[in-house]
Amino acid sequence: MSIDISQFLDVFYEESFEGLAVMEQGLLGLDPDAVDGETINAIFRAAHSIKGGAGTFGLNEVSEFTHTMETLLDQIRDGARGVTTSSINVLLRATDCIQHLLKASQEGSEVDQATLEAVSSELEQLLSSEDEADSDNADVDPHGDSLDQTLQIDSESTRVWSISFKPAPHLFTTGNDPVRLFSELADMGELEIVTDTSRLPDFNDLDPEQCYLDWYLTLHANVEKQAIEEVFEWVEGDCELSIELSQESVLEKTMVADETAPGPEPEPTEDDVPTPVKDTKPSPPPKKTTQVKAQKKANAAENSSIRVGIDKVDHLINLVGELVITQSMLGQLGEVFEMNTLEQLKDGLAQFERNTRELQESVMRIRMIPISFAFNRFPRLVHDVSAKLGKKVDLQVSGEETEVDKTVIEKIIDPLVHLVRNAVDHGIEAPDVRLASGKRETGTVTLSAAHRGGNIVIEIADDGAGLRREKILGKAVEKHIVTEDEGERMTDDDVYNLIFHPGFSTAETISDVSGRGVGMDVVRSNIRELGGTVEINSTEGQGSAILVRLPLTLAILDGQTVAVGEETYIVPLASIIESIQIKPSQINMVVGKGETFKLRDSFIPIVRLHDLFDIKNSIQELAEGLLVIVEDSSGPKGIFVDRLLGQQQVVIKSLDANYKKIPGFSGATILGNGSVALIIDIPEMLRLATQSRPAMAYPLTA
Amino acid sequence: MANILAVDDSASLRQMVAFTLKSQGHNVTEAADGKQGLDAAKSTKFDLVVTDVNMPVMDGISMIRELRKLPNYRGTPLLMLTTESGVDKKQEGKAAGATGWIVKPFNPDKLLGVVKRVLG
Repeated sequence: MSIDISQFLDVFYEESFEGLAVMEQGLLGLDPDAVDGETINAIFRAAHSIKGGAGTFGLNEVSEFTHTMETLLDQIRDGARGVTTSSINVLLRATDCIQHLLKASQEGSEVDQATLEAVSSELEQLLSSEDEADSDNADVDPHGDSLDQTLQIDSESTRVWSISFKPAPHLFTTGNDPVRLFSELADMGELEIVTDTSRLPDFNDLDPEQCYLDWYLTLHANVEKQAIEEVFEWVEGDCELSIELSQESVLEKTMVADETAPGPEPEPTEDDVPTPVKDTKPSPPPKKTTQVKAQKKANAAENSSIRVGIDKVDHLINLVGELVITQSMLGQLGEVFEMNTLEQLKDGLAQFERNTRELQESVMRIRMIPISFAFNRFPRLVHDVSAKLGKKVDLQVSGEETEVDKTVIEKIIDPLVHLVRNAVDHGIEAPDVRLASGKRETGTVTLSAAHRGGNIVIEIADDGAGLRREKILGKAVEKHIVTEDEGERMTDDDVYNLIFHPGFSTAETISDVSGRGVGMDVVRSNIRELGGTVEINSTEGQGSAILVRLPLTLAILDGQTVAVGEETYIVPLASIIESIQIKPSQINMVVGKGETFKLRDSFIPIVRLHDLFDIKNSIQELAEGLLVIVEDSSGPKGIFVDRLLGQQQVVIKSLDANYKKIPGFSGATILGNGSVALIIDIPEMLRLATQSRPAMAYPLTA
Repeated sequence: MANILAVDDSASLRQMVAFTLKSQGHNVTEAADGKQGLDAAKSTKFDLVVTDVNMPVMDGISMIRELRKLPNYRGTPLLMLTTESGVDKKQEGKAAGATGWIVKPFNPDKLLGVVKRVLG
């Protein structure tokens, strides 16, 4: 009988990552001076579950690694070991390692052995520091013994065991049945049973729930005492038991056949599962590992699952129910339709529309998960970063229950990490600087999320030094982003927004923490890709706040449909600044830059969609069509189209999944008339346009 | 076939236990902690209960202790899923009325072997 347990691996990974998050949060909240029993219990339980599951699913590395950690936690839980800041840090690193191992196993990626060994030895050191290891030895030894003994079985001779089994009267109330025990013994070899009924009382005095019988058993089996003891393991203490070797005889031929045919029945508990405990065991069978590896590839992260509250599913079922009612109502109306039922038909259609919209909304909600999924990592991040910088920072998180589409959350994590790290690194001042300026020594970083309209707004605020206008302007002038004159006239907000300019970085020394070559411009373009916006507010000396506004879902897009020749395209509404008609007098040719037009003192490059996508029969004269102004990291661009058709919400269909990836497009959608329209990926399309410009510009400038 | 209650806070292990037992034609009810398990056992009579030990809300041993107090469960096999580090747990579980235990990590064959042993 074999059951493929790998099908439960996905669930295991998911719950283990949740468990790790619990451990991390618990560890971060642990106060060395006053260890909270419930917290440590929760951490222990999570570690324990991961270990148990990992062992069962054949992830021996994970289970071995977690074992040491669990032992430590167990001692802390029992009060046998104190907690220090450094031991918390080691435990935190250990959770990282477990996460790494699980990820490696899930994705089939390489394991960083060096780090693992380093942390593992840190754990061992910690464990041996106040040697509390009794319990550890206790549970390894019996196994070591039994393994040796089972291996020593002499296959040439058979043994005869005499067993006397006198159960206590209450045996049945433990749920154990002697018959089952005997049948297990019978599986080992030939069993003779003699029942002693002398304790049996008169029928009238007999309590059917009590056991009055004793047994004398003779077992002809080629097994060790240990194996027999194991059969009686569960009733130890509930019976008088003696097991003695009465003689050793030469095995009869038939017995040999009996013994070997049924296979490894006598010892199923020991050797068919790799025991993850200690290196007293032979290393686990390599077959298991390869199986797991092959499986990983198949269900890598793309097929990730999502946990949905039952209420959401119920709501959905409810809505589908309503839809069915509306459908049957419309069906009835359609069967015998007369003009006087027109009003009813209209009502029915209105109801149908409402049902559809509600259904759509609630299906969207299924993909929504709380933003805590992204926020959870920040206590750890702030803890690590502030420790590294020698700053004192208190992180306050609110609105973590706010729900957003899972894809949005996954994509916003990196930009958020960058922003929070910035807040701690550049925002919050060193403790002495804070004290000198009359602030509390400990700085505060606030991370909050809330729904506003159809958006989620995430705010990262700090009570640090704030942005300094002069410093930013100085840098911007030095980098030729603005001239000194322009700088003078800029509002504070415009100056602050300069930090999103590509290549802008004010950090005087590139620190280990923030300066990783990723600037705020990348943060902004990542957020834009999600159809979101980012703005910054700052008061010098009092702190800064960065507001990130994101759509709740990526599955639906507010789009502007535009026509070019006979083609229809969709431009994400979020990336459009304005759409204008221009006069021929505004158009300029700049050598090397192609066509540009002048808009309020600046020259904006023009991208002709019909050239880029090679569309015939479209409008050629710039003044006859429209320019849709969009912005990417290098500034505004005008996209030339024939005309605007309208704004509508469109459902995004993946091109990869249905056709193949096309450069310049992020997806497609089906319009009301049934035709397909491609959705333009603005940054990607502008990149394409820049690449092809020299070729395009040639005939125009010639 | 038997009516079995599987109690474990870890969904993966619980599903594995349930799937394995169902593959042998048993009826399996799942519960995510001792409290849920106890409630389920009060409304339905199970022929066997397989439970994890370490669980939030109510642990497996407390659940076993409560189950044994119910007239319906005086002689019912109650099995614990335990890890090797839980030597004391086995004794504690036995004292609470557990029939026996399955040591983690285990595979489906081992589980079925033990279940066969208690159900016959």
